[in-house]
Amino acid sequence: MRVLNNTANFILQACTTQEREEQIAWLLHRVTGIGIFIFLTLHIVHIWLIGFGAEPFNSVTAFLNQPLARLLHIFLFFSVLFHAVNGTRVIILDFWPALWQYRRQSVNIATTVFLLIFIPSILLILMDAFLP
Amino acid sequence: MIDKIIAHQAAIRKERPLSPFEMFLWFFMRVSGAILMIIAVFHLLYMQFIIPGGVTAIDYSVIIARWSDPFWGFFWRTFDLLLLVFGLSHGSNGIRNIIEDYIHHNPWRIVSKIVLYLAYVVLIGMGAVIIFGFRAGG
Repeated sequence: MRVLNNTANFILQACTTQEREEQIAWLLHRVTGIGIFIFLTLHIVHIWLIGFGAEPFNSVTAFLNQPLARLLHIFLFFSVLFHAVNGTRVIILDFWPALWQYRRQSVNIATTVFLLIFIPSILLILMDAFLP
Repeated sequence: MIDKIIAHQAAIRKERPLSPFEMFLWFFMRVSGAILMIIAVFHLLYMQFIIPGGVTAIDYSVIIARWSDPFWGFFWRTFDLLLLVFGLSHGSNGIRNIIEDYIHHNPWRIVSKIVLYLAYVVLIGMGAVIIFGFRAGG
């Protein structure tokens, strides 16, 4: 399919271009955006089930809260955090023309901020899951 | 300063200049993104750290207690509705951008966008009905 071909070409050229980090950030922004959108639709349908009463809602919720949920929570957390941090970078750059010469550094700063928040949070989540 | 930004964006989009509606959407994505950063993060942190037991301990009674509270109930319902509308609008517009970027000039583009708009209306309807229409025991 043309989309896959385009994506493959994009990734290949992104590995060698000057703006590599920014293009990877752009791609990841899109991927996490799609992921969050899918989660959000499922979340809305889930909460809508409250209209059917306590038992149906609680049983569906219990089903969704199986241990696999923790892994999916980590993916969700990664997606939301990256999308938010990179989105902030986009907002700042879009409205502050004086900073347009610093695009490369902006991606490095965004990555640093993201890791500073993400790594401790993941450690907390994993500790919470595996330590009594 | 806004003129410089608009001129820069127009220069980037050589093939598809911004119509007034798309210009509004461009601003809306940034504004709603900033708003969501506050209310979505608050939502996440509240659900995980202020509700006893965290996200996995949330069930019917927890949500109903929040929405039926005589004093705070209206605030929570409004907050959840804002979260729904801003979040889904921001996300749907993002998906619309992705559809326009990858599906070119054929009926599938129109079909995809119609499905997206339908999903948008239905999901907001479902959410609004349950957030503001729900009465315990009803």
